[in-house]
Amino acid sequence: MKLEGQVRIPSGCAIAAVISKDGNKMSGEMITNAMKPMHDRSNGLGGGFAGYGIYPEYKEFYALHFFFNERATRKNCEVFLKERFEIVKSEVIPTRKIPAITDEPIIWRYFVAPLKSVLASLQLDEKEFVARTVMKINTEMKGAYVFSSGKNMGTFKAVGFPEDVGVFYKLDEYEGYSWTAHGRYPTNTPGWWGGAHPFTLLDYSIVHNGEISSYDANRRFIEMFGYKCNLQTDTEVITYIMDHLLRKQGLSLEEAASVIAAPFWSTIESKPKEERQKLTYLRTVFSSLLVTGPFSIVLGFDGGLMALNDRLKLRSMVVGEKDDKVFISSEEAAIRVMEPNAKNIYAPAGGEPVIVRVKEGKF
Amino acid sequence: MSVEFLYPEFEVIRNDNRCIACRVCERQCANVVHSYDSDNGIMLSDETKCVNCQRCVSLCPTRALKIVKSDCTLRENANWKDATIKEIYKQANSGGVLLSSMGNPNPLPVYWDKILINASQVTNPPIDPLREPMETKVFLGKKPEMISRDENGKIKCDISPQLELSMPIMFSAMSYGSISYNAHESLARAATELGILYNTGEGGLHEDFYCYGENTIVQVASGRFGVYKDYLEAGAAVEIKMGQGAKPGIGGHLPGTKIVGDVSRTRMIPEGSDAISPAPHHDIYSIEDLRQLVLSLKEATEYKKPVIVKVAAVHNIAAIASGIARSGADIIAIDGFRGGTGAAPTRIRDNVGIPIELALASVDQRLRDEGIRNNVSLVVGGSIRSASDVVKAIALGADACYVATAAVLALGCHLCRTCQSGKCNWGIATQRPELVKRLNPDIGSKRLVNLMTAWRHEIKELMGGMGINSIESLRGNRLMLRGIGLNEKELQILGISHAGE
Repeated sequence: MKLEGQVRIPSGCAIAAVISKDGNKMSGEMITNAMKPMHDRSNGLGGGFAGYGIYPEYKEFYALHFFFNERATRKNCEVFLKERFEIVKSEVIPTRKIPAITDEPIIWRYFVAPLKSVLASLQLDEKEFVARTVMKINTEMKGAYVFSSGKNMGTFKAVGFPEDVGVFYKLDEYEGYSWTAHGRYPTNTPGWWGGAHPFTLLDYSIVHNGEISSYDANRRFIEMFGYKCNLQTDTEVITYIMDHLLRKQGLSLEEAASVIAAPFWSTIESKPKEERQKLTYLRTVFSSLLVTGPFSIVLGFDGGLMALNDRLKLRSMVVGEKDDKVFISSEEAAIRVMEPNAKNIYAPAGGEPVIVRVKEGKF
Repeated sequence: MSVEFLYPEFEVIRNDNRCIACRVCERQCANVVHSYDSDNGIMLSDETKCVNCQRCVSLCPTRALKIVKSDCTLRENANWKDATIKEIYKQANSGGVLLSSMGNPNPLPVYWDKILINASQVTNPPIDPLREPMETKVFLGKKPEMISRDENGKIKCDISPQLELSMPIMFSAMSYGSISYNAHESLARAATELGILYNTGEGGLHEDFYCYGENTIVQVASGRFGVYKDYLEAGAAVEIKMGQGAKPGIGGHLPGTKIVGDVSRTRMIPEGSDAISPAPHHDIYSIEDLRQLVLSLKEATEYKKPVIVKVAAVHNIAAIASGIARSGADIIAIDGFRGGTGAAPTRIRDNVGIPIELALASVDQRLRDEGIRNNVSLVVGGSIRSASDVVKAIALGADACYVATAAVLALGCHLCRTCQSGKCNWGIATQRPELVKRLNPDIGSKRLVNLMTAWRHEIKELMGGMGINSIESLRGNRLMLRGIGLNEKELQILGISHAGE
């Protein structure tokens, strides 16, 4: 049977997220529990979480989370890393042994800073250098896989149901100002840990429910810009699209949303002139990054979250709030677990981005 | 009979019980096949002149006529086929180059027919075009690599000139001269009504049709017929014709018999003179020269119009396209070896060039490998026969398709492949006034609109089945295609998996 990456595997899913606009810290236990009522939206073949603000003591360093298939691979990879980074900490990611999660690879993390001399000689900025290095490891280094590479954030994922994955990774011992979660229902998978969500690059993480019909159009376009879609998953290509639009092209979140879930031409025609010009421009220039087919995604980034549905709203997604917190989920039940008294629960329209930011200085 | 005699290819079968000797067939046949025997009150036929254009069959009020392939054959020979032997007889008779019209009719692989399209089942929903919006609009032209903002942080929305099409199809180049005034009028009016474009071909633009300029591509070919300032400014885009799929490596040839009246005036050449375009543009002997012509035309049109470079699909097409993409051109049009023509040497038409499917796949991939796919749009032609061919072409990587043979079929062409004679009984590939008037532009344009409307419906149905609600999400989406009965190499070039994979 072919591994994920050699073959494209469609999947359905559950997603959930929570963020504190005041930057208040929440343990990972809440988001873990939120996945329980959505158990049936997963099938035990993948679950994962992303937490932001979880590494305050190392917030100046990139936290690289790795899966290694054996010890020798890790040793080789470490040699490679040392040529490019200062490694300030190297450790196994703590896990609990539970019957529900088995066959784990070696799960490791490094906190690193790129070597200034290497940056200078390559004439690259820090983020681009880290992104390229991650891409290089994931493409070329057999048996090594970077699944998280941002600062002061981290993803945790495994083959299993998400509520078990949260326990496995001891998420109750981490505290973050925002969390996203994902339970996976692949239609067919050999069950590889790297295939679980969230999918991340730098501090961008994506959890996604859906199966996009534009996949190959998006993939073949984005791969022109140095990205390599090793996993052949929707989540991976959407992450790269967001990185390209936000980090490289400098679009705002709203603008990026109007590229991937572009308004219909008939809607654009009805807008005032200036907005019409801008939307027409974006849709024309980035036409190959329009994402069609069902999706609901939550994009995590440094200091915020963005939730977005496909333009026909072919996947469920609801948003609610209480005090400083905003909740996003595939089903309201998950929100009620996190906050029984959540208010203003509503279903955002297709293509309508919901952007929540932590107040400046609070993260 | 003599050694020069060739038994007619077709037989005219007339059902005498039905024939009322109304002489419609006689009046309709410019080839003078039918005649009336007044002594006996019956119709006679001279099959030697019949080209099987079906005009008489279509107009016979009593359905008394049919044209069948003659069963008088030479002794069968798998190596020396009937057609091969007869071509030798013809050349021994005349000493000339054999001429043909329309596209390559030989049984070479049609890759469109070996590619199958995907549909959604269970894991994502098909979309019903009757109930949900389904978008087919495309913009052709160069896209910027990076966005830029003004001092207030607003995105600068100025972009290289773009062509806006309501659907990813245009009518490809057929010159005024090779086809009739009424055919051109039909194309121009249909393109305008449909929100797409038609192409003048290399024969200039009749002054009556300047009013359709917004939906017109004006062509500049090696003969430069009819090219002057007003002409360049009249169209929405300028196309440099470097080559044509039906006859790569040679220029156009319009016989002097078709250079009459307005055709002569529009082409700006004397009446009755053969219009022979040179094989190369004599100011383009290399890629850097092409860049100069592209920029000259842009300068002449004040950078307001996209420039298209049209080339025939030949062996090295990927590298050629890459060069064109860097030449300043906004759009590359590639014409496959099955593309039609009003006249081409038979040997060239049937043996030179490559299939558009393979050319498109390799060009699209090459431009992506080089990271310049968004710098140009790709338009492909050379036998796009149906809405499913269009969908397959877009999924392989085209931005839009050029159609011409399908368009003339809509106007009444029956593919008799004798356009070069100038005696088109359907009023399309002729300049004889009594034949031209048979094509009514009101009806012709309506039939073209009908055809494209039908295709647009079918494109939407196919897209909806795949769960795609906008044409841009189909472009280059090769996962939506599978090959059937193709070998590894063919699949590799097309960049698709085999059915079942």
